[in-house]
Amino acid sequence: MLDQLNEIEKSALESLAAIADQAALDAWRISTLGRSSPLMQVFAGFGKLSKEDKPVVGAAANRVKVALESALAERAEAIKNAALAKSLEEEKLDVTLPGRTKHIGRLHPSTQQLRRVLAILAEMGFQVYTSREVETDDINFQMLNFPPDHPARDMQDTFFVEAGDRGDNPILMRTHTSPGQIRAMREAVATNPQNPPPIRIALPGMCFRYEQITARSEIQFNQVEGLAVGKNITFADLKGTIADFVRRMFGEGARLRFRASYFPFTEPSAEVDVECFVCGGKGCQVCKNSGWLEILGCGMVHPNVLKNGGYDPKIYSGFAWGMGPERQLMLRNKINDIRYFWGNDVRFLEQF
Amino acid sequence: MKIPLSWLKDFIDLNGLSVEDIARKLTLAGMEVDEILYAGLPMPVYKDGEKHEFKTNGIAWDKEKIVVAEIREVKPHPNADKLTLLDLFDGKQEQVVLTGAPNIFHLKGAGKLEKPIKVAYAKEGSTLYDGHADGQVLMTLKRAKIRGVDSYSMVCSEKELGITEESDGIIILDDDAPVGMPLADYIGDAVLDISILPNMARNANVIGIARELAALTGRELKQPKIEFKTSGESVNDLVSIEITNSELNPRFVAGLIRNVKIKPSPYQIQRRLKLAGIRAINNIVDATNYAMLELGEPLHAFDYDVLKARAGKNKIKINTRVAKDGEKLTTLDGVERKLTAKNVLVCDEKGSLSLAGVMGGSESEVYDASKEVLDAKGIETKPGEIPQGKITSRGKSTVNILLEGAAWNFINIRRTAKQHNLPSEASFRFSRGVHPALAEIGVKRGLQYMAEWAGGTVAPGLVDVYPLKPKDSVVEVTSQDAKKLLGIDLTVKEIAALLERLEFKCEIKDTKVRVTAPSHRMDIDEGVVGLADVLEEVARSYGFDNIPVTTMADALPPQVGNPIHEWEEHLRDLLVALGLQEVVTYRMTSVEKESRVAKYDEYVRMANPIAPEKSVLRRSLIASVLDVLEKNIRLGESLSFFEVGSIFEPVKNNLPNEPRKLAIAMTGIREATAWDVKDSAKLDFYDLKGRLELALSGLRLTNVSYTATESTPYLHPGKAAEVKVNGQVMGVFGELHPLVKEQYELGDSPVLVAEFDLELLRKATPTYGIMPVSEFPSIYEDIAIIVDESVLADKIEALIRQTGGKTVTNVRLFDVYRDEKIGAGKKSLAYSLTYQAEKTMTDADAAAIRNKIVKRLEHEVGAKLRS
Repeated sequence: MLDQLNEIEKSALESLAAIADQAALDAWRISTLGRSSPLMQVFAGFGKLSKEDKPVVGAAANRVKVALESALAERAEAIKNAALAKSLEEEKLDVTLPGRTKHIGRLHPSTQQLRRVLAILAEMGFQVYTSREVETDDINFQMLNFPPDHPARDMQDTFFVEAGDRGDNPILMRTHTSPGQIRAMREAVATNPQNPPPIRIALPGMCFRYEQITARSEIQFNQVEGLAVGKNITFADLKGTIADFVRRMFGEGARLRFRASYFPFTEPSAEVDVECFVCGGKGCQVCKNSGWLEILGCGMVHPNVLKNGGYDPKIYSGFAWGMGPERQLMLRNKINDIRYFWGNDVRFLEQF
Repeated sequence: MKIPLSWLKDFIDLNGLSVEDIARKLTLAGMEVDEILYAGLPMPVYKDGEKHEFKTNGIAWDKEKIVVAEIREVKPHPNADKLTLLDLFDGKQEQVVLTGAPNIFHLKGAGKLEKPIKVAYAKEGSTLYDGHADGQVLMTLKRAKIRGVDSYSMVCSEKELGITEESDGIIILDDDAPVGMPLADYIGDAVLDISILPNMARNANVIGIARELAALTGRELKQPKIEFKTSGESVNDLVSIEITNSELNPRFVAGLIRNVKIKPSPYQIQRRLKLAGIRAINNIVDATNYAMLELGEPLHAFDYDVLKARAGKNKIKINTRVAKDGEKLTTLDGVERKLTAKNVLVCDEKGSLSLAGVMGGSESEVYDASKEVLDAKGIETKPGEIPQGKITSRGKSTVNILLEGAAWNFINIRRTAKQHNLPSEASFRFSRGVHPALAEIGVKRGLQYMAEWAGGTVAPGLVDVYPLKPKDSVVEVTSQDAKKLLGIDLTVKEIAALLERLEFKCEIKDTKVRVTAPSHRMDIDEGVVGLADVLEEVARSYGFDNIPVTTMADALPPQVGNPIHEWEEHLRDLLVALGLQEVVTYRMTSVEKESRVAKYDEYVRMANPIAPEKSVLRRSLIASVLDVLEKNIRLGESLSFFEVGSIFEPVKNNLPNEPRKLAIAMTGIREATAWDVKDSAKLDFYDLKGRLELALSGLRLTNVSYTATESTPYLHPGKAAEVKVNGQVMGVFGELHPLVKEQYELGDSPVLVAEFDLELLRKATPTYGIMPVSEFPSIYEDIAIIVDESVLADKIEALIRQTGGKTVTNVRLFDVYRDEKIGAGKKSLAYSLTYQAEKTMTDADAAAIRNKIVKRLEHEVGAKLRS
């Protein structure tokens, strides 16, 4: 009997080893461990055994049963794993095929840059102030200390609008966002003429210059100006504010320098250069080998401008600075043609 | 303004300062050096990783290889007619040098020269510009055989040495040039190209820059020595001057020099003029230009004998006056100019002589008979460009010269120069303001140089009429003033010291400095403006870089934000999230371009349009966005653009209205194609409508309705709708009218457009409340009803919502179906309803509501429930 059990075990294990799929495994389970299997017949014929044989055969039969069951479980696991491995292999993708895309929208690069600039200014307490694009000569020029026919006007070639004969006050396309300085100051003065409040604003917007449209010059461009007016504002404060802005805009390590300059509406006036962020100041095409990039103009608000805004220049002082978002983008992204901005070619727009 | 370093050194000792040091000091003080051009002096060598500071150009001359030499004989070349062989001595040995230079060709075969010719001689291995190449191309001089003769060195032209960009012939140096000396030591130079700011016209000359450098370095300014001998009859006995309008002509000075001989100026003078970007013409014209570049006073030389002939037996009477309207004058560029009463003329008894401060007249100009073509002085020409001259037949060269130095009103000169489109070195300076004090010193300097270079004799005296002497501005400054504006602590003594370096006169009285502006300054005012003018000079002299960096201590104004701007930015974000690309377009357009989509009678028109297609300001934002769509039509399978911006509505003789608008244009396919996504439906009306619905809901506008409209001419009458919020029309959208679409190249797909008025949209009342999210389960149920085609979907939805009340929380149309079984003229609409209450709803609860809804629909629109 014991021999028979050993034989059952041996032949069952041998046939199990050859099984590779679930159906054959099920058949093996029925033929080996099913009710009518030789092993189960041994358990069925248990009653007929002698008292002495019972414990011996019982122990042997149980051992064989446990051994076969465990072999079955092991084999089942192996077959499952093999099947999974196979199906995983079959499902393998070419991960280098392109993904399915979507038609997505983007902001125009100028809007993106305006937002970067205005976000920094907002955190510094400069609130957005917008004003009209078509202006009168007095607000665009005269009140900003550009008298009619003054040579300073050569700095800003102007588009004029047909509006009959208005003498010295024609209508024009604003050449800078600075007319907003006058408008903002006057609005603030109107709120409290005896003691006008301090001002801290950012003036973004489109400006216009009479220029030939070339890779280097455009007839319209955005500008952002910052203006601060108060009873206690100095050139040192201007330097501090610009240094803060430049750090935020161009990075912690950005070195900058203030060069004396001239703008009719500020005095003293300065231009600010930042160390070329393309080459780190070593000299490259972007900085024309000078190591510096001119990024903004600034100065203390001219007494005549304060006066025209309604602020007494003996009591109040202020500073202003202006910069061009498109120029910043051109420098940062090595854009060599300013016409891309209003050309609106999707092949350009999609890169931002 | 190009300033040769050698010239600066006439007026200030610059020892110990490199060219870059000088350029840096000037740049930081407001005289920005755009470029440094090296013409001989050693150039800075940047090691790897070292920082550049200035744009540089030019070449350094090798001291071993490029030297002064003398030509002793000019011999013919054995095999070439156009070449010559030079016997030359370079200070150490004799050389034979081959050249084709035209300016010594006439000496060929003349034997040993009586007076050797001094030249710039370059030996084998020198680095030079290629004289035959277009533009500036570096080359190294190599040994070669030219027509059988060995060539290993050369005599140089100005182009080859980088002095000018073009040249004809070799340089002929002055007779006293020391043979054998390295050329770099003799005439090596560097040129600073400086941008002159409009308020710094005083520095558009060598002495102005030298004065600034003296202030910046604390060194001494060497004043020019003006000395010359005089003899003969005084100019005052021969010439009188009368000024009609002293506002326009505050001063007029004239001097006389007799018996000049017109010839080329000394080479050193020519070289400096050329480096400064001015052509060398002859010693007389050069003297006026040289004195102008040096001191800043533009001068004008008249042929005295022409004036004398015009005056006949009378004394020459010069007068200055405004022109009569329509009066004519032929300027020395040969152009007859029609004048207006705003132009100022210099005249004599017989009529006009010159356009004051801008350009001389042709009749009385200095004439050089040795040149067939009369060179025009005063015309601004770029290096290498020949100014337009004019053939005259006066026959005899000028010998006696009346030299004018005057002061003119800068605004008037600027206007005149612009009116006649005559930018010149003179008008550049006069239109920015030249102090009248310079007239006298300028004339004297000019006469001195003429006497030196042309050998004439100066007549005693000057005719000097000075009716309007400007007052030197006086400003009082305190330490507090400097602290308040600049944020620096300075004592009155320190303030005075900083200003005195710039030649301001300072008197300290207790706590104040009384500052008087120097007489070359026209940019210093008095009063509160004068204080700012003077403090700017204090800051420049102190150095902007030395001013501390502080944080604003002033009160922060109330932070108010800008709701309009923020709302527009939010709208942009919503549209981008919906897949639309933002564009920004030109405000200037043409009526023709816009009229393709919208026709208007009135436009804001440009008085000086830059081009016909940019002659008016846009009235239609749709037109702008459609232009972008057309431009990109072949560049994408699906294009969706929007722009947010102003349009311009004209108001007669006044500022236009600038309403803010939103325009959208889209066309193409709905879904992006991929390698396994081939076919996509085309965008249509409902794609645009869906985006608008989402955008409006993003703006939290709830009471939105859509009504068919046929009144928008550019839209398809059957595929157009007005958008109303709270019953008010905010905008329109729809498919572009086929006839409008024909005007564009926009492909085959439908083009969808929308236009909104942003002020109306912004002012529409939004709803901010949101529905609570219930914890109780919802019941979902679909119903389909059959109605007549004429019943609009929004009517049915409104009825469902009204009848269902609060419990029906969502009504979604998910199918529209038509077929024969339903019947002609009918359609089936299938809705998915969501029932939700503050309790667990049962099917019976839902059925009760549904029955009410169905009954209402049957009753109101004749609907039938579809089984």
